[in-house]
Amino acid sequence: MAGISFLLNGKSVTSMARPTTRVSDVLRGDFGLKGTKVGCNAGDCGACTILLDDEPVCSCLVALGQIDGQSVTSVEGLHQSGVIERLQQSFLAHGAAQCGICTPGMLVSAAHLLASTPQPNRAEVEDALGGVLCRCTGYSKIIDAVMQAHSHLPQPMKPGAGNNVGSSIQHLDGVAKVQAGLAYGADKVPANALLLRVIRSPHHYADFEIGDKSAFLAAHPGIVAVFDATDVPGRNCFGVIPLFADQPVFAETTALYRGDAVAAIVGEADVINRFDEAQFPINWQPHETILTPQAALHPDARQMHKGRDGNILVKGFVARGDADAALARAAHRVTIHSSTPFIEHAYIEPEAGYAVREGDRLMIYGCTQAAQMDRDSLAEIMAMDVDAIRVMPSAVGGGFGSKLDISFQPFVALAAWRLNRPVAICYTRGESMRSSTKRHPSDIRLEVGCDADGRISGFVFDGVFNTGAYASWGPTVANRVPVHASGPYVTPDYRASSVAVHTNAPPAGAFRGFGVPQSAVAQECAYDLLAEKLDMDRLAFRRMNALQNNMPTVTGQSFATGVGIAECLAALQAEWNAANARADKFNKDAKNSGSMLRKGIGIASCWYGCGNTSLPNPSTMRMGVTADGACVLHQGAMDIGQGANTVISQIAADALGVPVHSLSLIDGDTDLTPDCGKTSASRQTFVSGKAALLAGRALREVILRHGNVSDDASLMIDAAEIRLVDNVTGGTANIDLSSLPVNAHGYVFMAEETYDPPTTPLDENGQGAPYAVYGYGAQMIELTVDIGLGQVRLEKMTTAHDVGRAINPLLVEGQIEGGAAQGIGLALMEDYLPGRTENLHDYLIPTIGDVPRFEHIIVEVTDAEGPYGAKGLGEHVLIPTAPAIVNAIRQATGVLITHLPATADKIRAALHQQAQELKS
Amino acid sequence: MQGVLAADHHDDYVRAPDLDAAIATLAAGPCRILAGGTDVFPSLQDRPLVGRVLDISGIADLRQITQSDDHWSIGAAVNWRDVIRAALPASFDGLKAAAREVGSWQIQNRATLVGNICNASPAADGVPALLTMDAAVQLQSCRGSRVMPLASFITGNRKTKRAEDEMVTAILVPKTATAGQGYFYKLGARRYLVISIGMVAMRLLCGKQRTISEIAIAVGACSEVATRLHDLEQHLCGQPLAGAADMVSASHFAGLSPIDDVRAPASYRMDAVEESVRRLLVQAGSDIGHEK
Repeated sequence: MAGISFLLNGKSVTSMARPTTRVSDVLRGDFGLKGTKVGCNAGDCGACTILLDDEPVCSCLVALGQIDGQSVTSVEGLHQSGVIERLQQSFLAHGAAQCGICTPGMLVSAAHLLASTPQPNRAEVEDALGGVLCRCTGYSKIIDAVMQAHSHLPQPMKPGAGNNVGSSIQHLDGVAKVQAGLAYGADKVPANALLLRVIRSPHHYADFEIGDKSAFLAAHPGIVAVFDATDVPGRNCFGVIPLFADQPVFAETTALYRGDAVAAIVGEADVINRFDEAQFPINWQPHETILTPQAALHPDARQMHKGRDGNILVKGFVARGDADAALARAAHRVTIHSSTPFIEHAYIEPEAGYAVREGDRLMIYGCTQAAQMDRDSLAEIMAMDVDAIRVMPSAVGGGFGSKLDISFQPFVALAAWRLNRPVAICYTRGESMRSSTKRHPSDIRLEVGCDADGRISGFVFDGVFNTGAYASWGPTVANRVPVHASGPYVTPDYRASSVAVHTNAPPAGAFRGFGVPQSAVAQECAYDLLAEKLDMDRLAFRRMNALQNNMPTVTGQSFATGVGIAECLAALQAEWNAANARADKFNKDAKNSGSMLRKGIGIASCWYGCGNTSLPNPSTMRMGVTADGACVLHQGAMDIGQGANTVISQIAADALGVPVHSLSLIDGDTDLTPDCGKTSASRQTFVSGKAALLAGRALREVILRHGNVSDDASLMIDAAEIRLVDNVTGGTANIDLSSLPVNAHGYVFMAEETYDPPTTPLDENGQGAPYAVYGYGAQMIELTVDIGLGQVRLEKMTTAHDVGRAINPLLVEGQIEGGAAQGIGLALMEDYLPGRTENLHDYLIPTIGDVPRFEHIIVEVTDAEGPYGAKGLGEHVLIPTAPAIVNAIRQATGVLITHLPATADKIRAALHQQAQELKS
Repeated sequence: MQGVLAADHHDDYVRAPDLDAAIATLAAGPCRILAGGTDVFPSLQDRPLVGRVLDISGIADLRQITQSDDHWSIGAAVNWRDVIRAALPASFDGLKAAAREVGSWQIQNRATLVGNICNASPAADGVPALLTMDAAVQLQSCRGSRVMPLASFITGNRKTKRAEDEMVTAILVPKTATAGQGYFYKLGARRYLVISIGMVAMRLLCGKQRTISEIAIAVGACSEVATRLHDLEQHLCGQPLAGAADMVSASHFAGLSPIDDVRAPASYRMDAVEESVRRLLVQAGSDIGHEK
């Protein structure tokens, strides 16, 4: 057979694959070009963009046979275009690659644009890159990087010892990302691996019976094994919170949601890929479906989990003062009813990885936010010692909370163990969306009052959260929300309750903010209404009520330092004044000219406790120097694109007293690196960063003592020698590293330090010190609403986030823009409907054309606890965005949309109703 | 879509070198016709493409936009960016605007217009503009060829009159319907990569004193098949363009039957396309005003 011949990156090649194979699979499989990423297999995400005869196309939509005789350029072959190096440098300089999974698609599209348009304007960049989705960056840095690729870029920062913290150095793993050389979960499958496919429930709620597996295997050559619940050697149950663990690896007799795993088949890749699931021997008996808390709480509703009466997973409660009395005496009161739907994380990398049995040990490679937690869960499931399990994290193509829970790991682990062959899996987009956790839908009722001067007087909050079929992080959401629902404001009389209710929806878990973005919609919208009742400026109202140092929070905790919300709000005052003046003039002109556009300005605040709520969450960092002078940081805080590798290295380098670029990093491989906990709860910069600070200082101490110099010494590691100069005495010491004994970890000097933030448990009224540090912020948005069509266009977002100390200002901006983009999705378009929007063309996330221009004011109110005063940021940035947008829509139009997303049809319907009410 | 066989042989994939080969392949049995692949592959939902596949993307003759004395012809392998780049009369500007709103550049570089109409989604981006130009489709099989109006070719949601052994070889636009200026407006929930909530295409020719001498308006995504608004057209024809927008009323849209779905409720679709029609008329008035 002749095969299909084409030009690949300038070379003539031939593929013997089936001509109907997607070109993306041919490039990755036959030619090992893993830079072409597959995010959706439907042309919705653009990660697989290649140039076909010099035009950008999605390679997942082209059959191999169609490129016969044509020319294909993948991201790896772009050097022929002559612009790629500049583009890569510009991406690095702007921090335009976070997780890096969309970067190849962006680079191919951008290189094509720049070949014909070397200096594109913003609109041209948006048109050219509109077909590539990014979930991390908020696109703005990407636009800047492409627009400025032609210009002179400053040399990358290489700060010296002591100047690492505060420098906008490029992502330390950035070069591999822009060169498309980083291996993600699907990029490193061993050649002899079998492929696994999970059989999942197509019903929301159904009993099932699996038929004759032997007969099935006999009838399906190439399928080597079927696994189900009866094959799980250990506990057929996992969960991120041990006390609430309830999710089976394989459901035993009842599937509780559409996507619940019931079995797995393993075989040769081609057979598994072509397997028709209708052939699997299983009988389903569907039950009446419960998809809403309302239905689940009905007295007749079928109970889903033993011991969880009324389908209630958990309740949360915080009370302080006398909320009812304060409301009764308040001069003004408002009530808000808000709701939000399921929100899908929509990382561009679907879950993927593989497992290998190595004698009595199991090795699992793939994407994760929590390698050590995966290892502990797998040990229980496999009935193995934790030391017998090794989790090797791949690069992570976005996580945002969902990759905290285990997903593919137990399936491949079990299969690799039983079959003694490497077993791999790569979720399809649909499978990822059906089976993975989601943001909790919320249904919130809030009543809040203020006195005649505008001080908050009484706050009663009640939130119902749809927690789906299994617990996942439901308890965390239920507990975090009452602690945070006040926002960063003085609220002496407060009562907040929450409940997480099981339904037959996908498990709702962790998603950037753990329920707080949902509650902030109600609270921040209510504050606009109160300000209006007072006839008071909305920012002034917030500034007056802002929490201060030494004032108790709603849990009764006071901070002597570091409460930075007042500074954030003050930082926005000038832009607030200017934007409101612009809006007034714009709207006056629009009304005079008959234009349908109305401008609105909105603002909202956030606060967010960094780390676990009243629970231990230690991080341990190890740092060592080898005999040949390598300075190694075991950095186990999973970098999911946010930049933990970079930021934590900056902290460690300054603590030790060396340039950050002299450090070598070892990742979160559980065999090599101590536990840094999970990448969640905005804890890595704060908790793992603090551990890095302590480890760096401890290592420095060991070295300085060895050289017998004072604390004020400079330290230089040069080949196999450390040179110390005592800055007090002027004395010097040289340490010959090769002469020193090497410890069990391979180091001549080593330090390992653990940090666990000090917290106290919450009492029955939620009083206590749940967090050692909160971070604060405020965002304002300028937008226009087309009142004829209800469409919203975001123009400019100005942010002020208090990060304590910006370890890396460029990365801080990246976090803000990425979080804000997810907040934009929550506000305006995202709505996951189980069974309906399980792809990326029905489930809409913002594209490059849906984000505003950004302006950032980084506020640094130093915290006494965090490393160099730093606070967490990752989740804070999403919280104010949606309420700021909702408030701006209201200012522009007079209509308040609190049931998100605020789609054009809802805005239009509200405008209709408003018009009716004005008439009557 | 029919006749998906469990097959393992390369023979089941035919890359037709020319139209005759394609017709012969169809005559031999039902095939899935593959051109741009932008509907075929997503419809597989991650499963491999199996069964008999007829790839027509390599037929050079079909990747042409040509004209004869009485019509324009858009071949079955012509993609959206080919249309954007083609020198065409101003009446095609609505179709070009629709082309720019299709998915993304990546999609526009592959997706064909003929594929768009054969897929027959109610939200097919190309159909409204083609309807304003009285487009027809040319079908061919071993039994011969036939031409039928686009308006009757698409019979419902994902349904057409194409027989199993037929393929659409071209879209024909009669030159009698290419007078005037084309317009298009698409409502979507985000800027790129979006399926329409509603669409309006319009073709307009003004006579002396800026009165409407010829007008065609079609609405997409508000009924199973995109629909011309003949009542409204008759109502506006002969009227001054200046006041045309004010003559549009809800009753002119009574023939539409939008549905409630994840993209929008029916009521919004009705409301928004009515507003969009008004805006296109206002825009036309302003464009023509500027010409003077």
